[in-house]
Amino acid sequence: MGPVLAGVLQLLALMAALALAHIPLGTYMARVYSSDKHWRVEKWIYKGIGADPNTEMRWPAYLRGVLAFSAAGVLFLYLLQRLQGVLPGSLGFASIDPDQAFNTAVSFVTNTNWQSYYGEQAMGHVVQTAGLAVQNFVSAAVGIAVAVALVRGFARSRTGELGNFWADMVRGVVRILLPGAFVAAIVLVACGVIQNFSGIHEVGQFMGGSQQWNGGAVASQEAIKELGTNGGGYFNANSAHPFENPTPFTNLFEIFLLLVIPFALTRTFGVMVGSVKQGYAILATMATIWIGFTALMMWTEFAHHGPAFDIAGGAMEGKETRFGVGASSIFATATTLTSTGAVDSFHSSFTGLGGGITMLGMMLGEIAPGGTGSGLYGMLIMAIIAVFIAGLMVGRTPEYLGKKIGTREIKLAACYILITPALVLVFTAAAMALPTPGHSMTNSGAHGFSEILYAYTSASNNNGSAFAGLNADTQWFNSTLGLCMLLGRFLPMVFVLALAGSLAEQRPVPETAGTLRTNKPLFVGLLVGAILIITGLTYFPALALGPLAEGLAS
Amino acid sequence: MNNSVTNTARLLGAGLRALLVLTLLTGVLYPLAVTGIAQALFHNKANGSEITADGRVVGSALIGQAYNLPLKKGQETPEPDLKWFQGRPQNGLGANSVNTQYKLILSGATNRSADNKDLIDWVTAAKAAVIKDNSTADYKVKPSDVPADAVTSSGSGLDPDISPQYARIQVHRIAEQNGLTVAQVQHLVAEHTTGRTLGFMGEPRVNVLELNIALKALVAEN
Repeated sequence: MGPVLAGVLQLLALMAALALAHIPLGTYMARVYSSDKHWRVEKWIYKGIGADPNTEMRWPAYLRGVLAFSAAGVLFLYLLQRLQGVLPGSLGFASIDPDQAFNTAVSFVTNTNWQSYYGEQAMGHVVQTAGLAVQNFVSAAVGIAVAVALVRGFARSRTGELGNFWADMVRGVVRILLPGAFVAAIVLVACGVIQNFSGIHEVGQFMGGSQQWNGGAVASQEAIKELGTNGGGYFNANSAHPFENPTPFTNLFEIFLLLVIPFALTRTFGVMVGSVKQGYAILATMATIWIGFTALMMWTEFAHHGPAFDIAGGAMEGKETRFGVGASSIFATATTLTSTGAVDSFHSSFTGLGGGITMLGMMLGEIAPGGTGSGLYGMLIMAIIAVFIAGLMVGRTPEYLGKKIGTREIKLAACYILITPALVLVFTAAAMALPTPGHSMTNSGAHGFSEILYAYTSASNNNGSAFAGLNADTQWFNSTLGLCMLLGRFLPMVFVLALAGSLAEQRPVPETAGTLRTNKPLFVGLLVGAILIITGLTYFPALALGPLAEGLAS
Repeated sequence: MNNSVTNTARLLGAGLRALLVLTLLTGVLYPLAVTGIAQALFHNKANGSEITADGRVVGSALIGQAYNLPLKKGQETPEPDLKWFQGRPQNGLGANSVNTQYKLILSGATNRSADNKDLIDWVTAAKAAVIKDNSTADYKVKPSDVPADAVTSSGSGLDPDISPQYARIQVHRIAEQNGLTVAQVQHLVAEHTTGRTLGFMGEPRVNVLELNIALKALVAEN
């Protein structure tokens, strides 16, 4: 069997596993967010918080919950890093500098997991396990909660009530992420991912002497890092590190983990709005883009155009032998089409066009299938834009799922899709125009520009992967990328929740012969087209200067 | 105004309490439970898959090593010890720059693009060296025989494996250097080649450390 066929078979196996898993998981999640029973452990947690989980919240109250919880998260994680030098269980590692601590705290709370530090030399057990990994859970749960609030906006009528933030967030952790991560962590350890608290290991070598490596609770963090589409590696090499991702099976398993909740949420959506077909239409849109991007990525990576790869005879720079080109291409596409940002191979050393595909995946807004929760709400915003465009063509007031898309709704959706491009393009332009940020580049020419464009794209879309040649541990990058992560995470949430509130207040409009059927293939095609054209128009000039220039030159 | 400040403070307090409770659950109990099970059921794997040979630990099966001659006086880059199978280049690997009380391996890639001058130079030099080092009196390595993994650095810099093709072109050199027959070494490589998992996952590979341990044992036998 050749590597191309093996790559295709791995993709097919992944599709089959996701197809099998998304229905039971999606239905289960719909039950989790519709149930009015509380588990005992949840009641203890609510008592600890001092919140009544049965109080219904309107959108401003829901948003205040999101913001307060996230602000507390940033503060706590910042202090934990600043105090690392005096914390026990930290291997004697020094405290993190203020700008890097700010960047890292924001990064993990926003589900980005951009890392301007080297995990193995900077973060001790306590910060990794009780700080960073905790945010892997809760930031993912916050994302799902906001998505569920939007779904309730479609499902409910003549009420402004969207549910209870604390209940949604806690249930996401207790009933979905924690059991899933626990099982996944044990599977990973069984395959060779390390899990210990024994500090620095000094181990002999074949040729004599010894080497030192950093032990830690890696499997428990790796599991939630993928399942929660977080992506922050325990080690600098992330999922390319053999202790995070030791075998071809763990590699596919990790890709499965990072895709499964975003895809399953389409089922949750379908069940909660009372029509699983509507969920299938969203799923089909996501899957079309995901499979198309993966196929393109495999094509360009196997074709390996570029001077160094022509000499080497293959695009293996930055890729591990056990994964090869095929599995690395699948991982790279999945991680940038979700908000994960974990890597099993280094995107900066992909072909010019391959690097462009990773960037374009993020630029789509990470909606195919996107991050936990953020993928679904991002895609539903695009669906609103698509029915609006269709409505303009035929001169009808657009509607979606029985709700009118009026002036207020379309304004909120438009604001949503303008935020990240504005952040990406303005900050990239500023970094290019200023004298010093360019000094952080490792590569020159088009690829150097791509390093900076990639950084702001990744931060603003809360992805976290990088063209890692860029030295991002400078005050400029730590601060501006931190700002992009914050604004790119929470401003969209403001618009999503406002939209959810306004949809929930509406009375449903009855379906007529003139209603656009949003559960049919025609709509899927329209939606895919709208997504690609809107993103294409927004980012084409920037992409032309970076990855397209590099890819077409070789 | 006062009212909204109080409300904000109350809300932040709730957020902080929520975080602390969930930290206890997901940041303390969860990792401890996973560690307990991992240490009980998969002790060796949970601690880094260390390999023992000749009564001492010689590394981890998962972490690639360098098989170089000791540095000579005035030398800055070590030369490969051609008696042993060689792994992939490790140009992305670093040493720790903070907390320097330790000498930690810093995993990583080169992050060089295909049109980067450094990368072109590295690949060109590595290819020439692989051809020169592995050609013996009666075996000439052709440029087209050299697989891509032999001349590129991996993502982690710690790739424990090489492709079977890279192992194959080292066979004649290894046989010559160690006084073994080519057939003996070929057999060794075949024994240590792992195929794709279930026939389709990942790529075929040879673990260099395990191969060299077996090679050492074979040389000792002869």
